[in-house]
Amino acid sequence: MSGRRTGTARAAVGSRRPRTRREREELHGRLLVAPTLLVVGAVVLFPFLAGFVLSLQDMRLIDIRFFSLADLEVSFDNFDRVLSSAGFWAAARTTVVYATVTTVGSVLSGLVVALALRRPFRGRGAVRGLLLVPYVLPVVAATTIWTTLLNPQYGAVNEIGQRLLGWSAPINFLSTYDIDIGGLPVPVALTVVIVFEVWKSFPLAFLFITARLQAVPRDLEEAAVVDGASPTQVFRHVLLPQLTGVLALLGLLRFIWSFQNFTDVYLLTGGAGGTEVVAVRVYEELVTRANIGTASALGVLMTLALAGLLVLYLRMAQKERV
Amino acid sequence: MAERRGGRLRLDRHTVESRVLAALRIVVIVGAVAAAAGPLLYGAVLSVRPFTEVIASPLALPGPGEVDLSSYGRALADESAGGFGLARFMRTSLMVSAWTVLLTVTCSVLGAYAAVRLRFFGRDTVNGFFLAVYLFPGIVLAVPLFVLFSRIGLTGSLVGLVVIYMAQTIPVSLYMLRGYFQAVPVSVEEAAEVDGCNRLQVITRVVLPMALPGVAATGLYVFMIAWNEFLFALLFLVDDRQRWTVSLGIARLADFAIPAPVLMAGSIAITVPIVAGFLLAQRLLVSGLTAGAEKG
Repeated sequence: MSGRRTGTARAAVGSRRPRTRREREELHGRLLVAPTLLVVGAVVLFPFLAGFVLSLQDMRLIDIRFFSLADLEVSFDNFDRVLSSAGFWAAARTTVVYATVTTVGSVLSGLVVALALRRPFRGRGAVRGLLLVPYVLPVVAATTIWTTLLNPQYGAVNEIGQRLLGWSAPINFLSTYDIDIGGLPVPVALTVVIVFEVWKSFPLAFLFITARLQAVPRDLEEAAVVDGASPTQVFRHVLLPQLTGVLALLGLLRFIWSFQNFTDVYLLTGGAGGTEVVAVRVYEELVTRANIGTASALGVLMTLALAGLLVLYLRMAQKERV
Repeated sequence: MAERRGGRLRLDRHTVESRVLAALRIVVIVGAVAAAAGPLLYGAVLSVRPFTEVIASPLALPGPGEVDLSSYGRALADESAGGFGLARFMRTSLMVSAWTVLLTVTCSVLGAYAAVRLRFFGRDTVNGFFLAVYLFPGIVLAVPLFVLFSRIGLTGSLVGLVVIYMAQTIPVSLYMLRGYFQAVPVSVEEAAEVDGCNRLQVITRVVLPMALPGVAATGLYVFMIAWNEFLFALLFLVDDRQRWTVSLGIARLADFAIPAPVLMAGSIAITVPIVAGFLLAQRLLVSGLTAGAEKG
């Protein structure tokens, strides 16, 4: 009875009634998130969905201006075309090799360097600062310097190779598929883009691993040393178990990033010399072939491949809380 | 001492390992520093040598009197003055990056505060969802974004670029700020509310100053992303030399036959604002810490 009376009383006062704390939170929460949602919705979510729709259209760059919603169709021709086109599977293979080797290289070098810098020494701060150079350097500056370093006419690497290592001719590192070393074909351009990526990304791995190493309790390690464990044993049985979480997480993140990397590969080789990864192919389809449909279809295929990895990542992040 | 007490075999393994690792450690440190900083040093050296000399002897170092800074002047000067227009690219990029930082940090400060402090419908979705957006490939979004922005006439404009950079940086910025805001004690905020601050005042007068080092770090990160971005600048502005950003400018110049020292000078020049940002942020970080200490 009394409950009902308050109910009517509330209704009578209507909207003049000051909002409760709970209601205010609800309203303010939504208002404060609104700008973010608006931007991300308009520039990420909507285009994301549009990408799926575009992958089903037969559409060229010149069609953009005249395209209307009435022209929409549903056809999987683009996927057929993409999957059967020359070089797609080679590009897919290159992408997986590139992402895998880069990931392993980046995480491993980050780990090795973090371990080497673990115990303090004079000048450690300066060394740490210098190690961050590849990470801080703008990508374009880095690729430009690397291209110059590897230049066949005046680059330092070829000069050193010819003068000190006895190479008979300069190597065109950024466009050569492979060279014979002891009868084995060794990929050249692909190795360069991988080494570049490891170089650029190991500082981040180093930072993450260093942070995790600082959180390893000292007494555990000291106890192991007192018990007579050798340095490698301490690493294997005490440190490594503590690091597996961060290493796995770093590995997955790096794989996702390398898998979709366009800029670094494009700026170094433009996809030449067997470095055409799928991301570069998407760009080629869009800009060179001017085909929006096939470019979108390639994008959708990349998305599907990454979606699986994202699910894996979110599960791991939940467990790790990094 | 330990060597004498231990058994023969273990003693060997121990000393051998320790010595090998000590040597390896030095090799790793020296090698890593050389690999990390070497290319930048090489670029810096090349940028102060005349091109003819670089071709004649690629590995030589310039003597103290031979340092030639003219490449920087040529790279920076406008095309009309016989240069390559880098100063203009830098002004453009500075403008784009500054707007991106301002808008992104504003949006994500509000969003991050809500995500940390307020219980509202959909909060958990907001939290989880943004990380997924951050990890999502730019190249995949590039195609539909290019189509949509062409359709509404935003390709070729810097506004379009800022909007895209915002969308690309808000998720990570929000994620970073969330962490910093969580460290601000709720009791201070409640005290401010009791004193009559409304929600926005709590954010601007209490949370923001207390989390300033974090906000500065976030801003710097956003600035770096915007300053470095290449793909969308390439897609949107490649035909419009007047509006090239630094990344696009250097990359395009590298495609032409431009003397290597000028290119190196350009690469070094576009790194300077990033380094300046780091020094600035470091000062902010330090002053933020001391400001907190004084009150304690």
